[in-house]
Amino acid sequence: MNPAIIINITYIVSVVLFAIGLKMLSSPASARKGNLVSALGMLLAVIATLLTKGLTFQWILVGIVVGSLIGVAAAYFVAMTAMPEMVALLNGSGGLASVLVAWAVYHFAPNSDIFTTITIFLSVLVGGVTFTGSVIAWAKLSEKISGKPFLFAGQKIVNFLILGAILVCGIIYTMHPAANYPIFIGTVILSLILGVLAVVPIGGGDMPVVISLLNSYSGIAACFTGFVIQNTVLIVAGSLVGASGIILTQIMCKAMNRSLTNVLFSGFGSAVQKKGTAVQGEIKPITPQDAYLILEAASSVVFVPGYGMAVAQAQHVVRELGELLEANGADVKYAVHPVAGRMPGHMNVLLAEANVPYDHLVDMDQINSNIASVDVALVIGANDVVNPAARHDEASPIYGMPIINVDQAKTVFVLKRSMRPGFAGIENELFYKENTRMLFGDAKESVQGLVAEFKSS
Amino acid sequence: MDPQTLIFLFFIFVLSIFLGVELISKVPSTLHTPLMSGSNAISGITLIGALVSAGTPHNQISTLLGTLAVVFATINVIGGYLVTDRMLAMFKKKAPGDKK
Repeated sequence: MNPAIIINITYIVSVVLFAIGLKMLSSPASARKGNLVSALGMLLAVIATLLTKGLTFQWILVGIVVGSLIGVAAAYFVAMTAMPEMVALLNGSGGLASVLVAWAVYHFAPNSDIFTTITIFLSVLVGGVTFTGSVIAWAKLSEKISGKPFLFAGQKIVNFLILGAILVCGIIYTMHPAANYPIFIGTVILSLILGVLAVVPIGGGDMPVVISLLNSYSGIAACFTGFVIQNTVLIVAGSLVGASGIILTQIMCKAMNRSLTNVLFSGFGSAVQKKGTAVQGEIKPITPQDAYLILEAASSVVFVPGYGMAVAQAQHVVRELGELLEANGADVKYAVHPVAGRMPGHMNVLLAEANVPYDHLVDMDQINSNIASVDVALVIGANDVVNPAARHDEASPIYGMPIINVDQAKTVFVLKRSMRPGFAGIENELFYKENTRMLFGDAKESVQGLVAEFKSS
Repeated sequence: MDPQTLIFLFFIFVLSIFLGVELISKVPSTLHTPLMSGSNAISGITLIGALVSAGTPHNQISTLLGTLAVVFATINVIGGYLVTDRMLAMFKKKAPGDKK
């Protein structure tokens, strides 16, 4: 049989395996197998491609060996708390690969037809933005640069001018691709700059949206590359990823009650536009000894983790405390807000790492429907996602954002380093409520203190 | 590429987006991080284009660009699948007896 036919049949099998693999991700029980199924699809697609006539293998081999070494090392050594950074870098390398493939195609066939040329241009644009945007997201997440939004006067105008310049380059280039190599290079450079400028104004707490969006872009870039080389498997796989990223982006925006445009352009949390109503009341600190006595008597306890738990690496001691409470007869649940942490599902992965069974994890709606029967809600490093002002204070910047209603639990313990406000830069009235007690200190040490109290009794 | 091929590829593109939306909206929020890293690995499918660019002997610059593309796409694929597997291995229903 003609190798081209074998290759294409294998591609169909690959695409089916990708789809089945993603479908199996819909349950934690089958997810790991699903990932393997998807990886098998990738392996088949690669093997089939290597059957292409006239390939020389020396450079392919070099590339695969180098890439594999880096990939394996990164996958094994990354800490679970650094998963957002890892995903950002993976998005970035996917975007860069799309730019390079489109460039390589252009370089050996500069005089292509108009459709191919347009898709080369789009591939470079989306891939380039994905690459530098992801690098900036990574730098913000790992605090190589400040997580604060970086804003300057006329920022939007500059961004639109750059986008305009890219489009002009695109038009000139697609008219006469072969004659305009410098314009092509200009498009590459401008796309890279646009990626940087698009992500710098976005604050650290909005990273779940940015990472989801960049994930989508990396898929769309692969998809455009599929148009460039007229390869259906790239188009299908790229669209699957593009759709996945868009859905996650929507979920994240909804969980913050903000539109995508608002996240991308407003530099939320930077400007002190409105502070919300001033909070009245008294802070009531509590010692680990007293907290222990209340926990010991509780029959229903809910942990509400946030980014602070990841920073303090407190997930293991939290699980230990959870087990002690269970042994003490309490019903223990972990309630995770959709935007807790720095990427979708961030908290779930950390708790899974600490061996918390996934059937103990509940989402916001599940916990809110019976929060009133909860004896103690332990808020660990979360802030804005439990701020009751979101429900009733129309002046608050987070008004309308769905929150976990911990204030309606019988008692709330807030584990917090200090009274510093959360990412949104607003006071949290939860801390001043009658039923709230503040347990000040490093989250990990505070929880360790509680564990010690349980063990010594 | 003639217009007919473009339409054909676009047809596949549109249907794939629908398929993607259907598949992904069923993924529970617990699995969103592995979903991202796993779908990320799938977007490393660009590797296929990179392999052809790196392996087709046209000229040095194309080969260089292709080889670099192979490197980055492979990082994406290998890193993505392995780290997803590492994460998913931790999702357990009941806490096992042995603790790390």
